[in-house]
Amino acid sequence: MSKENLVSYDANTQQLSCQGDWDLQHFSSIHHALEKMHWPNEGKLIIDGQSINKLDSAGASLLVHWKNTLKNKGINVELAHFSKDHEALVNFIEKELPKKIQLPKEKKLPRLAAIGKATIQQYQEIKEYFAFIGLLTMDALRLMRQTKTVRWSSLAAVIYRNGYNALIIIALLSLMVGIVIAYQMAVQLRNYGANIYIVDFLGLSVLREFAPLITAIMVAGRTGSSYTAQLGLMKINQEIDALDTMGVTPSDILILPRIAGLFIALPLLTIWADIFGVFGGMIMANNMLSITWYDFLHRFEQVIPTRALIIGLGKAPVFALIISSISCFQGMRVEGSAESVGKNTTKSVVLAIFFIIVVDAFFSVIFNKLKL
Amino acid sequence: MTTDTIIEIKNLKTYLGDAWIHKGLNLNIKKGEILGIVGGSGSGKTTLLRAMLGLLKPSSGSIEVFGQDIVNASYEKLLEIQRRWGVLFQGNALFSSLTLLENVAFPLCEHTTLDTQNLEELALLKILMTGLPADAALKYPAELSGGMQKRAGLARAIVLDPELIFLDEPTAGLDPNTADGFDELILNLQSTMGLTIVIITHDLDSLWKIADRVAFLGEGIVLSVAALPELIKNPNPMIQHFFNGPRGRAAEEIHEKEKK
Repeated sequence: MSKENLVSYDANTQQLSCQGDWDLQHFSSIHHALEKMHWPNEGKLIIDGQSINKLDSAGASLLVHWKNTLKNKGINVELAHFSKDHEALVNFIEKELPKKIQLPKEKKLPRLAAIGKATIQQYQEIKEYFAFIGLLTMDALRLMRQTKTVRWSSLAAVIYRNGYNALIIIALLSLMVGIVIAYQMAVQLRNYGANIYIVDFLGLSVLREFAPLITAIMVAGRTGSSYTAQLGLMKINQEIDALDTMGVTPSDILILPRIAGLFIALPLLTIWADIFGVFGGMIMANNMLSITWYDFLHRFEQVIPTRALIIGLGKAPVFALIISSISCFQGMRVEGSAESVGKNTTKSVVLAIFFIIVVDAFFSVIFNKLKL
Repeated sequence: MTTDTIIEIKNLKTYLGDAWIHKGLNLNIKKGEILGIVGGSGSGKTTLLRAMLGLLKPSSGSIEVFGQDIVNASYEKLLEIQRRWGVLFQGNALFSSLTLLENVAFPLCEHTTLDTQNLEELALLKILMTGLPADAALKYPAELSGGMQKRAGLARAIVLDPELIFLDEPTAGLDPNTADGFDELILNLQSTMGLTIVIITHDLDSLWKIADRVAFLGEGIVLSVAALPELIKNPNPMIQHFFNGPRGRAAEEIHEKEKK
């Protein structure tokens, strides 16, 4: 139906005739037609609704809107020939539609204030994080005194899910890393004829840095995100509240097993990554530098101190604590909506990886100073 | 199919999990009526709703909505039908990341070409029509009470001025006063907007109050469809058991009193 047919105005009789479908589909065209209308300045106006075919609440709201606008201009508006149903709808809308719609707009903070607000929020979050760690420590100490209530099965489940199930991906990843490092080194070492030194370089870098770091980053993505999402959804479902009211604190059954589980699993995964990282390097050494398996392992034993392995492994529990505490904390901070689960999961992974690298840098400096 | 039938379900069979949920279910829903669907827990009410909405493909049988086969409808056909109905889900299914106004305006935004001002006005009108205060419009669903969320869900369901709305347990979890208000609201909307309403409910009070006809689901079929006073006289033991408990009686008595 074209625009002209929906509404027409006769200036002589001051009569507005409405026709056809006054519904949502024609809302825009009716709206435009009415806006272009030359309304009288005074007197009486009759709105004739006899030939309205279909009237829905969108159309009725338009009608009411214009009726009110004209009334405010001092024109007497009258509805005529509306069918009973249509009149009922118009009256209903008229009752509901407020005279003036004023929605409070969201206030935008000036830049400086926004920075200040964000800073305070960050500060609050850090404070809350330390409170969370404190609470967990208290709970852990309490649990240590009453070992009967330790949830061995949850602990085992955590180790299985986040340790055992990650074996394949960690093995593959560290094998690749080993291959890549050895490949890059081999190209350089071959120039100097220092082929055999690849064992020193590779052994030290994999055991001390790469294996712990790669494993921790992988686990932060894999386990950290799952911790946050799981706890967050449980929080939304009020499962956490339910546990609390049953006299089981969430830290007993949910958080501490997760932290302890990862504390055990991550060092084990790191050893696993050590093995495959070195193995990957060994393959490349064999291929590119013609160092036999025997030579490689023989020199490995001579030049790589056990200290390197222990330093690497020693970092893993620290990384585990970083990952699990941040991800559980972010999970418990989820509020209300699905969006918040997504936001906190991202945050937990990013923060965990960030602090893993920061702490790793600290370790490097400290070990250097200690001449380890 | 007569012109005043809006949904026609023929010989519907659904296999879910390890069981036949529907074993040849037939149901006709007439234009302009409020049809209640009741039945014990696990009788397949929600599954039926999901099948009617095209969210679940039945194993066999046909479902026609507005005279169109919904089971095998093409994307365009389905879209056309979807514009003509509104749904209030059991858990409201409001988008948690949008404010109430954005939630209600969402279908308008997707299906019309209105400018922002008109969009907001129409959405706000629907919010007000469902009895919510205007200042609730900028809140997020999580900040609203259960009753207000239900109203918001209803506002979103009616925002496109549908001809048909589905309500899944609209009064569940509401306090009696709010539930009463909600029933009034549904009746009011039905009379002013000429809606057809399919309502799944356990709330016997609201059944007595608003349903024109009630379909009783049991044993995988519709055991009976009739106006409630007739339905409760049905000798089928399942129906008798459902309506003749103390709660059923109480609801009936209240209704009798109100009629007088």
